[in-house]
Parts: sequence; C-alpha cells; structure tokens
Amino acid sequence: MSEHIVTKKQYAHVFVILLILTLTTSWAAYFDLGKLNVVVALVIATIKASLVVLFFMHVYWQTKLTKLVVVSGVAWLALLLWLTLTDIVSRGWLPFPGK
Amino acid sequence: MITAIAPPRENYLTHEYGIKSWLLTQDHKRIALLYLGAISFFFFLGGIFATIIRLELLTPPGDLVSSQTYNKLFSLHGIIMIFLFMIPSIPATLGNFLVPMMIGCKDLAFPKINLLSWYIFMAGGALILYAMLRGGVDTGWTFYVPFSTSYANTYVILTAVGIFIAGFSSILTGLNFIVTIHRMRAPGLTWFRLPLFIWSMYATSVIQVLGTPVIAVTLLLVAVERGFHIGIFDPALGGDPVLFQHLFWFYSHPAVYIMVLPGMGVISELVSVYSRKRVFGYKFVAFSSVAIAVLGFLVWGHHMFVSSQSVYASLIFSFLSFMVAVPSAIKVFNWTATLYKGSISYDTPMLYAFGFIGLFTIGGLTGTFLATLGFDVHVTDTYFVVAHFHYIMVGGTMMAYLGGLHYWWPKITGRMYHEGWAKLSALVVFLGFNLTFFPQFIMGYLGMPRRYHAYPPEFQVYHVLSTAGASVLAVGYLIPAIYFIWAMRYGQPAPDNPWGATGLEWQTSSPPPPENFEITPVVTQEAYDYSILEEMTVG
Ligand code: HEM
Ligand SMILES: [Cu+2]
Repeated sequence: MSEHIVTKKQYAHVFVILLILTLTTSWAAYFDLGKLNVVVALVIATIKASLVVLFFMHVYWQTKLTKLVVVSGVAWLALLLWLTLTDIVSRGWLPFPGK
Repeated sequence: MITAIAPPRENYLTHEYGIKSWLLTQDHKRIALLYLGAISFFFFLGGIFATIIRLELLTPPGDLVSSQTYNKLFSLHGIIMIFLFMIPSIPATLGNFLVPMMIGCKDLAFPKINLLSWYIFMAGGALILYAMLRGGVDTGWTFYVPFSTSYANTYVILTAVGIFIAGFSSILTGLNFIVTIHRMRAPGLTWFRLPLFIWSMYATSVIQVLGTPVIAVTLLLVAVERGFHIGIFDPALGGDPVLFQHLFWFYSHPAVYIMVLPGMGVISELVSVYSRKRVFGYKFVAFSSVAIAVLGFLVWGHHMFVSSQSVYASLIFSFLSFMVAVPSAIKVFNWTATLYKGSISYDTPMLYAFGFIGLFTIGGLTGTFLATLGFDVHVTDTYFVVAHFHYIMVGGTMMAYLGGLHYWWPKITGRMYHEGWAKLSALVVFLGFNLTFFPQFIMGYLGMPRRYHAYPPEFQVYHVLSTAGASVLAVGYLIPAIYFIWAMRYGQPAPDNPWGATGLEWQTSSPPPPENFEITPVVTQEAYDYSILEEMTVG
C-alpha cells in the first residue's frame, strides 16, 4: 500500500475552496428560489462532502477497490432514498383517500 | 483416507491457559469460541421467553401472564433471538473460526478489531439485559412508531441503544471478513477456487457493512424523538410514521439475508462433502450469494403492504420480491443436482443439511405467497407470517448452524461427539420443528393474529399442537448441548480429517495450532475436487 503524501499546500487549497463554498451557501440563502432552495443547498453540500472525502480522507489517491467501497456507500444511500420516494411521491395518485 | 492420530501437538486451546489468555486473545479461533459461549447463553435466554409464550398460548384465555407481560415476552424473545443470536450466529462463530482456515492464512486481517467486536457485542448485550432487568420493553422487535416513541412506557431507549451498540460489532466483523478475503488468500487460491462458504460469508459481510448503519441511525432517531420530542416519525409532532418503516426494513429485510446466507454457505459445504461431489454449478451458487446480497436491498417494502404505503410502491416491491426468490431457488436446485449420482452418506451434518433444504424451500415459497399483494393483505400480522419466518430462520439457519457445528466440531475441539445421539437429536429437532410451526401456517391462514395472548377457542387445537412441538424441539436442542459438552472432555480424539473432506481447514491438525498451518498452504485445485481424494484413497 503506497501512502500518498499530501502537501500542506494541497490541503490549504481544498480548505479555501471549502470556505468559498460555505460563503456561497450563506449567500444563496438570501435569494428565494422557491423549490430550488433545497436543491441548491444540497448540491453545494454534496460538493463539499466530496472534497472532504476525496482529499482530506485521501480517497483520491487510493486503489480502485477503496473507491468502489466509497461509491457503493453512496449508491446504497441513493437506493434508500430512491425506493422510499417511490412511495412518498406516488401517495395520493389514486382517487381514494389514504392511497 | 485414514490419517493416523498424531501425538498431541501444541494447539490453540492448549498453548496458553487462564482466563486472561482468553479475554485478551487475538486468535480468531478463540474469539469464535468466546462468541459461541455468548450466543449460546442468549439462545437459552430467548428460548426461556419462547417457552413462556407457548405455555400461555396453550389455552384460549390470557391466564398465565398479563397482556402487558406478554407484550414484553414476545418483544424480548424477538430482540434477543434476532440481534443477539441469529445475526452473529454463523458469522461470528463458524465464520470467525473458518474464514482464515479456509483461505489458508494465520488470522483475520485485523485481529484486535475482531476482539473489539466481541467486547462491543457484549456491551450491547449487557445493555439489553439491563433494560430487561429494569422491566423490559414491549414494542416488539420492530419498534414501530409512534407507539415506541410516544406511547410505550417501557425501556425503549435503553434497548434501542443496546441494539445500536451491538450493530457495530456486526459491522466490524463484516469489515474484517471483507478485507481478509480480499487480501489474505493463500497462494493459488483464486476467487473461483474459494469454498462456497467463503463466498456466502463475503456476501453477508457486504450486507452487514452497507445495511447495519441504517438500523443504527433509525434506532437513534427513535431515541431522539422519544427523549427530546423532536418530530421525525410521530405525526402529532409533524413526522411521518411510514418513514420509520422504510428505514427499519431497509436494514431488516437485508438482515434476514444476513441470517440465512451464512447458513446457505454451510449447506454448500455439507452437501458437497457428503455426496463426494463438487457442488453443481459452482459459479452460479457463488454469484447467487452476491445477487441475494444486492437484490435483498430492493424488496423491503413487502413488509409495508398494509401500512398506507402507496399502491404503486407496493407493486414495485412485490415484483422485486419475486426476483429475489430466483437466486435462492438456484441454490436449492443446485444442491439437489449435486446429490444426483453422488455417493451420499447420512452422517449427522448431512441430516441437518437435508432438513435445511426442505424447510428453507417451504419458508422461501411461503415468502413468495406473502410477496403477493392480495394474499398478503389477508395474512399480514397473522401466524402465517410467524410460520414463514420461523421456517427460514429456525428451519433453515438453525439447522445449518447445528449441521455446521457438528461438521466442524472435531476440528474446533479435537474430539468426536456420539454419532448415535447426534442422529437421534437431528431427527427430534426436525420432528419438533415441524410440529411447532406447521400448525401456525394453518391457524394464520384461518385468521389467528400474531402478538395476542388470548384467542377464540377454535384456534386452540393448533396452539396445543404447536406447544407440544415446542417441547419436543427443546429436547432436540438440549441433547446436543449435553453430548457436545460431554465430548469436549470424553469424546474420542478426532483425526485431522474425519470426513475425508477437501478444504484447507482439514489439512491441518485437529484442533489447529495457534497459527493454523505449520507451513502456508499452496492451492493448486478447485474447491471440492473429490476426484483427487479418490485417487489418493485408491492409490
Ligand atoms: C430467505 C430468508 C428469509 C427470511 C429470514 C425471512 C424472514 C422474515 C421475517 C423475520 C419476517 C417477519 C417480519 C415481521 O413482521 O416481524 C418476514 C416477513 C415477510 N417475508 Fe420473509 N424472509 C425470508 C425470505 C423471504 C422471501 C424470499 C420472500 C419473498 C419473495 C419473503 C417475503 C416476506 C414478506 C412479504 C413478509 C411480510 C409479511 C407480512 O408482514 O405480511 N421473505 N420474513
Ligand atoms: Cu422481507
């Protein structure tokens, strides 16, 4: 297992990007985008989380297998949300109360 | 193949003595035995609750215990049996012992984490026991909201936190197995030379790692809503109760495969050894484990057909549930095909294997009944469901666990058990099991609800049969407990390979030395290559 050495400069870069994204989140909060409010906040948060996982947690430099593990974690979360939404979204499609 | 009994060599049981050498051990074989002790205790405890439940149900009125006590009894029975016995049963005992032995290495990848997982398990178990002593819990093992978060006045948080903690031991065991199987296989042991037990342990581990965090979070949310009245699930607080069921079953349906996949792995080993044949369609059996692990995550909504889940979602989940029956059926067909023209012997482990195949098939088929929307509405929350999952968990996994214990007992302890008693008890278990649970299909279909302690008199005949069966079953479990303990001291010393099996674990001494193999084995054949063994015997 080759340990990748990450320079302080690289960490600093990622850190600055994270700060900028944080500012973007708070800046975006001043606009009412309707339904998109949540979407924008979540997209920025996802980018930030990915940066942390890729660089602070070194996944970017790891083997394919490690990356696969990380991706499956995310994929399984997507699965949970997706199939749960098949229920939540389609409630009330039938003309009977409660269905 | 008769191996002369070697002079006693140093083995993992004798190379160190004293309680400290056990409690601080990092040897996967000793940790397996620590787990064996712990889960046997929990099985016994869960069994006591089952006994009281069956006694109560002997007569129609609720006369032995109060309804409140009855609720606690079935809750504790389910919680202890599922989280503290079934889930760790085969992986943490046989899996812990066998994974490194079968792949020809000295230990798991992370021996200290392995020991840690046992301590975490014991801590979780202790908390659940503490909750039990304080007065228990009455939500059922399913913790459905809003009852569990807003109305139950029992020790919900304590129990939930206990399960939360025990879950981490399950995650750590899974992680350890995955890394070990990837990185520590003996030279020459390619993926398609692995014993099928390893494939099924691998698939199980994937479910443990990907699924368990979700139940942990869910139970934590229950504790948060109950403790701080933050609205997550309770509609009165602005939550969604059906969301709880989604989260709960996202783990708990895959969890049923955590319980049964390891059993399927054991059966693949047994069927092959005792028919002296390579498992028919090895690759299909191997990949069906992986398919079950993945598809198992797509069907949870079949527990929610009457929960006000949308009909469209129910349709999808019903369809997907039929899909998951396919890989399970592949296994059953392939085990049966393995028997064809095999040289079959009826040793005790094989009797259990036969039991598994038949009973699992009934359990699996009734599962597809339940996945059928119209039928499920009729039998939801009746004894039909209870019979279904006991056919799989007790008729299936429990049989595989006992079969596996008998099969590997000579390797684990270095002693043989009494074959006559063993065969007798296998028979008693099979008869007792069917007498206990088959009547439950009938009464469930006729409308006997689950989780009630009083019932209309017309159901009594089935309950009497069931209670009688449970007594027979209890005897069937007690006999092995006695002769196993007896054999540890007085049994015939076991040869290294009493069954003439292939597989690396049989090539080292019984019991194995602390580091498993004196020299690292090199693998040059496929698993279950009995043609070679025959040549050796003849030649
Ligand atoms: C293979 C191992 C299996 C195990 C260990 C298992 C276990 C269980 C358990 C524990 C429950 C009851 C949960 C509860 O309400 O407390 C259950 C219910 C159910 N099972 Fe299975 N099951 C298995 C296979 C299957 C299969 C293959 C199917 C369908 C294809 C299936 C369909 C169902 C359905 C639909 C229910 C819900 C019934 C209801 O509540 O009305 N099961 N199973
Ligand atoms: Cu299920």
